[in-house]
Amino acid sequence: MTHATDGLRVARAGPLALLQDAGRFGVRRLGVTQGGPADLHGWAWANQLAGNAWGTPALEVTFGGLELVAEQDLVVAVAGADLSATLDGEPLDGWRSLSVKAGQRLAFGAPVNGLRAYLAVAGGFAAAPVLGSVACVVREGLGGHDGLGHRLAEGDALRVTPRCADAGRVAPREAQVDYRRPAELALLPGAQVGEFSGESLFQAFNAPWRVDDRADRMGVRLSGPRLDCRMASMISEGIGLGAVQVPPDGQPIALLNDRQTIGGYPRLGALSPLACSRLAQCLPGQEVRLKAVATEQALAAYQSFRAVFA
Amino acid sequence: MSTPFPQGLPRLEPAGLDGWMVRLFDAIDEANMPWLTALVRECETAFGDRLVDLVPSYTTVLVTFDPLRLSPDEARRWLIELLQRLQPDEEAADAPVKELPVWYDASVGPELARLAELAGMSCEEVVACHSERSYRVFALGFAPGFAFMGSVDARLEAPRLDTPRRRVPAGSVAVAGRQTAAYPAVTPGGWNLIGRTPAVLFDRDREGFSLLQVGDRVRFVPIERSEFERLGGDTRPMEEGR
Repeated sequence: MTHATDGLRVARAGPLALLQDAGRFGVRRLGVTQGGPADLHGWAWANQLAGNAWGTPALEVTFGGLELVAEQDLVVAVAGADLSATLDGEPLDGWRSLSVKAGQRLAFGAPVNGLRAYLAVAGGFAAAPVLGSVACVVREGLGGHDGLGHRLAEGDALRVTPRCADAGRVAPREAQVDYRRPAELALLPGAQVGEFSGESLFQAFNAPWRVDDRADRMGVRLSGPRLDCRMASMISEGIGLGAVQVPPDGQPIALLNDRQTIGGYPRLGALSPLACSRLAQCLPGQEVRLKAVATEQALAAYQSFRAVFA
Repeated sequence: MSTPFPQGLPRLEPAGLDGWMVRLFDAIDEANMPWLTALVRECETAFGDRLVDLVPSYTTVLVTFDPLRLSPDEARRWLIELLQRLQPDEEAADAPVKELPVWYDASVGPELARLAELAGMSCEEVVACHSERSYRVFALGFAPGFAFMGSVDARLEAPRLDTPRRRVPAGSVAVAGRQTAAYPAVTPGGWNLIGRTPAVLFDRDREGFSLLQVGDRVRFVPIERSEFERLGGDTRPMEEGR
């Protein structure tokens, strides 16, 4: 195992850049949320292109604005959203690995396609796990590059355990998602689905939904027709990733990685993990549709996604 | 055969492609908890490293597993089998009561007077009423180590504040509805604050991390300001509290 060394220095932080491994598991019963990459697909491909194993910490860059200076020669990979990335000012294609020389500047600009880009370093970013994970959850003050749940700040040094890897690896075309295309989100109906009125259920799965600007790593609010449910609230219970809860205002909220661990609003069901990933790349105002799917169908899609990664 | 569960329960409800919601009860009751903790323990044994997370909460346990290594159908079969032989956790039923020292004072518990007024009691009587009984931890949530406990005496029932505070100091002991809790860290919050504990409720370096666990029995023990300070409590009043 290589020793961790300074790999990249933060020259400009941008609004939100977080170090994420696959997530924090086994402690949800203590009220600790799972964290991890909001777009599992983009994060997994960044690591894959950098030659890293599943679960290796990578940076999640939301909305752009991050500038990093390499402290040593590295191989990195960028996947997920197109945030107008450049290397020493030259435009950089995403979904591939590339060499970065010491002193070179890797910068993310404004979103062009999607919302969250992932940056992996061959060998991986190094950080001490907190409660078993490096996943950065700002609200809880856990994980991340400093262990304290902080977003990247100007002047931070990012430690890496560098390893040789091939530059120029490219993700297959079918893996390179065009996030500007209409999003159809697979939803597995849940136990309270029968508590919604027939009209509301028809609307839920047929009307277009607009991604609200109240959207973050905890959840994404969707605006559209008002959904009526006979149950106003329930005794609080565990909430899984992707649960789509409907508060009394009738506007659904899809709960993502940093959601609270328990909650008491009735739910339409749960988005599949890949639907969560897709939703996490939608900008406010973008239109999405909910599509009811069977568990088997969502499971098959997830299995074939995961089969690609070591 | 008699069963402690309401009609139609326990029931397995779909919760995504990697989870089942096990619904055991339909009402909040301290007597639920030995069943929930038993189910948690049995799931840990049965699922082993295929288990991802368990969230026990009031009446349910959310069981999350690795869908690449266990199909939802198989997980369902395991859970059905496990529920058929489930026995309540005897250990939890007479688990030792964990004691949380509390300095009940208006300077750190600005709603002490509100609770007294609602209950038609003196502040001293509110303190006595809140601290005389032991509570059960129903769930942890909202923030790491935040334990929802109950049930408080009906006379102390109080609605949440109309406008939540943006910063509730760590250690604040609070009441909302018929539940009580202590804030592990500075967070926003809308509960009625009646005192403050010097106890560290969540510590990333401690084994088990959270002082309180689901199913625990807890009692609040009134202490004087001097003892609160001796135990490392932060005496800064609410207005200028962190």
